[in-house]
Amino acid sequence: MNTRALPLYATVVIFLLAYLLCWLQFPNILSTRVIGNLLTDNAYLGIVAVGMTLVILSGGIDLSVGSVIAFSGVFIAVILRETPLHPLVVFALLLALTTAFGAAMGFLIDRLAMPAFIVTLAGMFLARGAAYMLSIDSVPIAHPFYKTLQSAYWLMPGKGRLTLIAVVMLLTVLAGMVVAHKTRFGASVYALGGGEATARLMGVRQGRTTMLVYAFSGLMAGLSGIVFSIYTGSGYSLATVGTELTAIAAVVIGGTLLTGGAGYMFGTLVGVLTMGLIQTYIVFDGTLSSWWTKIVIGVLLLVFILLQKGLLSLSQSRLAAGG
Amino acid sequence: MTLLKRIAPQLVALALLVALVTVFYPDFLKIGISGDRLVGPMIDVLKRGAPVALLATGMTLVIATRGIDLSVGTTMAICGAVAASAVAGGWGLGPALLLALAAGALAGLWNGLLVAVVGIQPFVATLILMTMGRGIAQLITEGRILTFTDAGFAFFGSGSLLGLPVPAWLWLACGLGMAALMRRTALGLLVESIGINRRASALAGVNATVLLIAVYVVSGLCAALAGIVVTADIRGADANNAGLWLELDAILAVVIGGNSLLGGRFSIIASLIGALIIQTIDTGILLAGFPSEYNLVIKAVLVLVILVLQSPRIAGEWRLWRDSHRASREAALQRGAAK
Amino acid sequence: MLLTIRSLTKTFPGTRALDAVDFDLAAGEVHALLGENGAGKSTLIKCLTGAYRRDGGTITLDGATIDPQSTVEAQEQGIGTVYQEVNLLPNLTVAQNLMFGREPRRWGLVNSRALRAEARETLRPYGLDIDVDRDLGSYSVAIQQIVAIARAVALSGKVLILDEPTASLDAAEVRMVFDVVRGLRERGLGIVFVSHFLDQVFDLTDRVTVLRNGRKIVTERTAELDRVKLIEHMLGRALEHEVAGQAARTAAARPPLLEFRGFGRRGVVEPFDLTVGQGEVVGLAGLLGSGRTESAEMMFGVRPAQSGEASDAQSRLDLSSPRAAIAEGFGFVPEERKTDGIVAELSIRENIILGLQARRGWARPIPRSEQNRIADDYIKRLDIRTSGREKPIGELSGGNQQKAILARWLAMNPRFLILDEPTRGIDVGAHAEILRLIRELTQAGMSILLVSSEIDELVASADRVIVLRDRRHVAELDGPRVTGAEIMRAIAGGEVAA
Repeated sequence: MNTRALPLYATVVIFLLAYLLCWLQFPNILSTRVIGNLLTDNAYLGIVAVGMTLVILSGGIDLSVGSVIAFSGVFIAVILRETPLHPLVVFALLLALTTAFGAAMGFLIDRLAMPAFIVTLAGMFLARGAAYMLSIDSVPIAHPFYKTLQSAYWLMPGKGRLTLIAVVMLLTVLAGMVVAHKTRFGASVYALGGGEATARLMGVRQGRTTMLVYAFSGLMAGLSGIVFSIYTGSGYSLATVGTELTAIAAVVIGGTLLTGGAGYMFGTLVGVLTMGLIQTYIVFDGTLSSWWTKIVIGVLLLVFILLQKGLLSLSQSRLAAGG
Repeated sequence: MTLLKRIAPQLVALALLVALVTVFYPDFLKIGISGDRLVGPMIDVLKRGAPVALLATGMTLVIATRGIDLSVGTTMAICGAVAASAVAGGWGLGPALLLALAAGALAGLWNGLLVAVVGIQPFVATLILMTMGRGIAQLITEGRILTFTDAGFAFFGSGSLLGLPVPAWLWLACGLGMAALMRRTALGLLVESIGINRRASALAGVNATVLLIAVYVVSGLCAALAGIVVTADIRGADANNAGLWLELDAILAVVIGGNSLLGGRFSIIASLIGALIIQTIDTGILLAGFPSEYNLVIKAVLVLVILVLQSPRIAGEWRLWRDSHRASREAALQRGAAK
Repeated sequence: MLLTIRSLTKTFPGTRALDAVDFDLAAGEVHALLGENGAGKSTLIKCLTGAYRRDGGTITLDGATIDPQSTVEAQEQGIGTVYQEVNLLPNLTVAQNLMFGREPRRWGLVNSRALRAEARETLRPYGLDIDVDRDLGSYSVAIQQIVAIARAVALSGKVLILDEPTASLDAAEVRMVFDVVRGLRERGLGIVFVSHFLDQVFDLTDRVTVLRNGRKIVTERTAELDRVKLIEHMLGRALEHEVAGQAARTAAARPPLLEFRGFGRRGVVEPFDLTVGQGEVVGLAGLLGSGRTESAEMMFGVRPAQSGEASDAQSRLDLSSPRAAIAEGFGFVPEERKTDGIVAELSIRENIILGLQARRGWARPIPRSEQNRIADDYIKRLDIRTSGREKPIGELSGGNQQKAILARWLAMNPRFLILDEPTRGIDVGAHAEILRLIRELTQAGMSILLVSSEIDELVASADRVIVLRDRRHVAELDGPRVTGAEIMRAIAGGEVAA
């Protein structure tokens, strides 16, 4: 068995166990209605986590995504309010903008040879500041097309609603899996995360790959912003503060090594759903307070980081022993 | 003298900034007296800059060891919550402050152990506390904004001493005291040495592990002080918002202070001036009548400029260019001399 | 000839790493490239694989002159390389590693089935039947090396460079890798084999080229060489006559200072006994990889011993960490000056007093005037060439850095000083000064362990020489037996006649 896949198995087992525990206490939780809500409520997080997974796999980090989501919402809302453009046109504009923004950060990270977290920190300030400049107040989106988007869903057996944004999220995860596991670009990303020097020896074009990785993350953050604006029906520059941390946590709980080079896109989906489940449980329970979510997520984060650290030294010592 | 030379760029930047703000808001430098205390925008900067200046003091040391502490913002919230709930619970001022400081030290110890003993990268290790810390703070305040009426505690946030606000005294004492401790003892040298080359330092007999843990504990203690100041100022512990984004401002203050993110030589005093620069931007934008939205964009541009200046790759290319330039000039001179 | 190198020259600031080196490689030949650290082996390989640009000379492959700009380009031209460690990515599967950059695709996406099939096909000639879907990192180093060889051959196909590929393999694994190499030789590849294990060189190679100090010393058929001759070429001195200036060795017993009993660590150095006398210089000889540095590090607690104990006349010593060893009066000048010795951005003064200050504790800083006095004193005494004591040590030349590190330890006045290759990479003048200093120190009563790959240095300085081979202490020479000939014989293995 591959030791690298162990965190993924652990994630899946933890998720199933947690679901089982929830189900024993609240049988209602195993209904398509709850599952539909779980997917809908976490759609924006799932999408942004897909981008974050790729960034972390490459050995980097992107702290700007929360701000980019907020910027996206405000951008869409303000443009729709001020111009007669169709939302689809605005979406295309926005995605081009956020992708270029990500690419620019990737370019700087590579050219300046500075830590990714500090460059994307500047990106975080910039995107949040740009959102503030567009509008400080929450801007409602009244376009009729949005009503259509918001009310689009498929009815699952058991009256659960699989909403459009949930479908978008699932499709994004699928696309992420294809990019990470089925393309040469994906292989280069894993290679960079496994070791920059070796990756270069094997022919990876480091600058280009780094730029594309952050461009992809920017694209995902933009898409997530669109989904979030559909979800909330408005654009607000103070929204999604700290979402980058939640996304990082989801990626790590999903079994991706925070130092890069190992992990699975599918695990990220499970990680997102695990975090959603914790929240759902707390809502169902009613007596537990919302802050337990953060503490449980923090503990899970610690457990997974230690687990990965342990696995790493375990496999090294096993190799040293000649196994 | 060498200190003055070291902090000259920061001082010049601060002076230029103050001059710029004064152009837009002529009363910026005006200081008046109201009762027994000084009042004026500059005094306000000294007071409001306290949390970032306190955090920057600890952060400078952590960064000097080639680390980073992302958890200081949430540690502030935890310590504020601890102090407020202790005061509100009738424990008395002294024990409440001690408990808050102990909570900060504990948070630092936790980070330090993860970094120095378990061997997790600093960025990742402190991220854990950053994520769960707000939950812990909310657990303590039970999700409410925990208010109190203890005048003694409020003194730490809004009181004044010899005309100056107490928070200003606090960061001055903490920052300058720490700078003195580092330079009057051998700590400064040892911290720099493990930041530059931990392995070589350990081989020379420096106790790198203990020092590394201590540095994170100091950062936690500074965060505790900052948490006390903020909590005392608003007479309440706000677990959600206390210290939010401040870790970023603290890091920014340290890099504005000319300290390299790659560890090594550090100057706490330069970081303190960095914190003042950040606060002057904040206050200046407000007073000059610009929308405060500009704030974040300006900070982003600042970070980018400093990144370019610090970048090892850019520095290398610049040296290469300068050397080749110099070489060609010397060659030209020699050719000239040969004729 | 498959590959011809003529007058290859490469200069770095301050050193000429390669000085007009010639080298030939025939198809179907395994050609060993030998030399101690700094001889120019890795520079030669890096010029060959495009990692460095050469300053002069020509490289001809299959009749055409080549000038690769990168490893990827060298590979395309036919030169593949397998290094000791960083070759492939342990976090990718075997198949991904083998096919990286040329994955079979269908509709733009990687075709996993074809990928697996082609990977298995690539491995077939090597007799390696492994699950190509597992992470490369989950396999033993030997299998990883064979996979790396398979990839290099598949990509390049003419010349294969093996740079110490067996350094971390056990005997059975080495045989496995060698079978693979022999198979490739039969297929007509030219193979350059770099190793410091002489047994392996004699076992595997057809010809040997020895480099020393950037020059080619000799190229000969392996079958016509004997071991002592080969070591003589590598270490660079004539066996038959002794150099002047040999240490005035006294056979008279010195009062013992330290005693190591059964001192060892699994997989690093086999347990050994050693007594060190007061004011004695004990030399540690052996080829690279024989365990000489590892022994030194173990005695200083860098990687502490797992068995045995050390003691002095009074009590047992605690050597569990460098700090503990320092408290017992030990000092250690490491081989890797840059990573283990200097703290580059600190000044010479700070580097010199660092150890002293660490021992005094942070709360008792050495007064600045005292620091200045110590620094100036050693700068003068050891003749450290610098514009001043406040200059960052990273800006000094290698020899002066070394003297400053020595000064750091002398300032602490240890009773037992371990010097690991103290004269590596420094100029001739500084070299002589350091040897003179060793003599002075022992006259003042300090005991010294001198780890060195230079036989001359050991003969000139050591009272007694311990010889290591394959991580074992194999001989102890003292008195009149401390001669170059004896040391080399011991290094080569006793059974070979000189």
